[in-house]
Amino acid sequence: MRRLAHEVLPPLAGIAGLIVVWAVIAATTSSASIPSPLAVWDALVDGLRDGTIQEAALKTLIRLAFSFVVAVVLGTGLGVLLALNEFARRAIRPLIVALQITPFVAWVPLAVVWFGVSERAVVFVAIVGSFPAMALATLQAIRQVPPLYERAGRTLGARGWTLYRKIVVPAALPGMMAGLQQAWGFAWKALMAGELIVVAAGATGLGHLLAGQEHDVTALLATLAVIVAIGVAVDYVVFGQLDRRIRRRRGLLIES
Amino acid sequence: MSDATATMTPPSREAGVPKLSVDALTVERTLANGERIVAAQDVSFDIATGEFVCLLGPSGCGKTSILNVLAGLDRPSAGRALLDGEPIEGPGPDRAVLFQDPALFPWLSVRANVELALELIGVDGDERRERGRAALASVGLSDVLDVQPHELSAGMRQRAALARALACDPSVVLGDEPFGVLDAQTRELLQNEVQRVWMGSGGRTTFLFISHNVREAVLLADRVLVMSARPGRLLEEFRIHAPRPRDLDDVLVGRVVSEIHALMLREQERPGA
Repeated sequence: MRRLAHEVLPPLAGIAGLIVVWAVIAATTSSASIPSPLAVWDALVDGLRDGTIQEAALKTLIRLAFSFVVAVVLGTGLGVLLALNEFARRAIRPLIVALQITPFVAWVPLAVVWFGVSERAVVFVAIVGSFPAMALATLQAIRQVPPLYERAGRTLGARGWTLYRKIVVPAALPGMMAGLQQAWGFAWKALMAGELIVVAAGATGLGHLLAGQEHDVTALLATLAVIVAIGVAVDYVVFGQLDRRIRRRRGLLIES
Repeated sequence: MSDATATMTPPSREAGVPKLSVDALTVERTLANGERIVAAQDVSFDIATGEFVCLLGPSGCGKTSILNVLAGLDRPSAGRALLDGEPIEGPGPDRAVLFQDPALFPWLSVRANVELALELIGVDGDERRERGRAALASVGLSDVLDVQPHELSAGMRQRAALARALACDPSVVLGDEPFGVLDAQTRELLQNEVQRVWMGSGGRTTFLFISHNVREAVLLADRVLVMSARPGRLLEEFRIHAPRPRDLDDVLVGRVVSEIHALMLREQERPGA
């Protein structure tokens, strides 16, 4: 009960407050560009009933999962390499930082030139937009591993790659979680930008759906609500829980 | 040798190849502010197979630096460190190290910590599980196999570290004040544990412990090597012949403790020290 009051109630109150404010604004302006929450809800139900939202969401989530996995594998590998080798670190880290601070939307035209107006272009933008965060977080997390673990591991006979796989990377995991969460956020944003701009004929996805709803504000807001809901759900449920589990296991979580 | 007296002898060389040997060892360390200090200077001693030796000295006398060189974690600035007559090139599972911090891996359960050590020396499957269980049982931790390290008391954590060190059947156990931060009672329990383990090894396992606690050193060791303050040099060597398992109430143990205390006090008050 306490947990319910502490963790569930406040965000629900926030959402309810937002809807109330929105309803009041919609009622007082009665402008076509600000539909009421109820109208948007109806549009959402319609979209779910005829399956367009599910189809688009599924396609988007598959692209997202693929981009995210590639970005995490690439980013982790690169982060470990940079932690291992000082020359590589000095040579490559500035490039990754540059990539990290470049707005991912800037990659869209190049992606289109390379991959055409296609799904591959969208996925490319999502990967380029998200792997730098993972690489930098991995590097940072590894460099913050207490030297004692590495020393203990070496006295137990771990060396080279085994030392990394069995000791350094697991020790760095709580720090890498931040990168994972960031990479997911960037992948999600970049994917949306990509889908919104690069619309191939017949392609489905939440961003594509959004792109086709410029003249139907009600449907547009319904799609937007789905995008927000997916983002929040993954962030809270998947990463929040994973992070808590890792921390609890190591005694790093202070339960209030 | 059974005359049960403490005798003072100058550092001596044993016959045959010693298990561990440091020869004119000098270790320098760089402090965080960049200053180089000589931690230990021109230290030489041999340790025979199966011996239990304690390196005793005030804080900062370079005991840990010497131990780290023997563990293969650090390199000496001058002199040599030998294992079975061969230069020590790096760390290895033949020399288990007990750090002051138990250094258990927090992402693994107690059992998995021990099993990882076995995995790293190539022990697989059922044998790994069995040896892990046996090692933890031998230090009285059978009930907490699947518990995470942070859920144990400090004493139990150090016990688990001891089990992890011993599971791989090392020929040398190096202890860097492993009981330094424990309360007196837990410390005594673990000292007894270590004595028992050492006696049970039947002269196969060589122990080198570092301590700044005179009573602990006399309780545990066949030989106590007393070091001066920094830069650490070897001052004296005490052979302890008291019967084991030893007790701090033992008259002989008490006598050697006072003798070493007196020596360390003299050294502290020596002009220029």
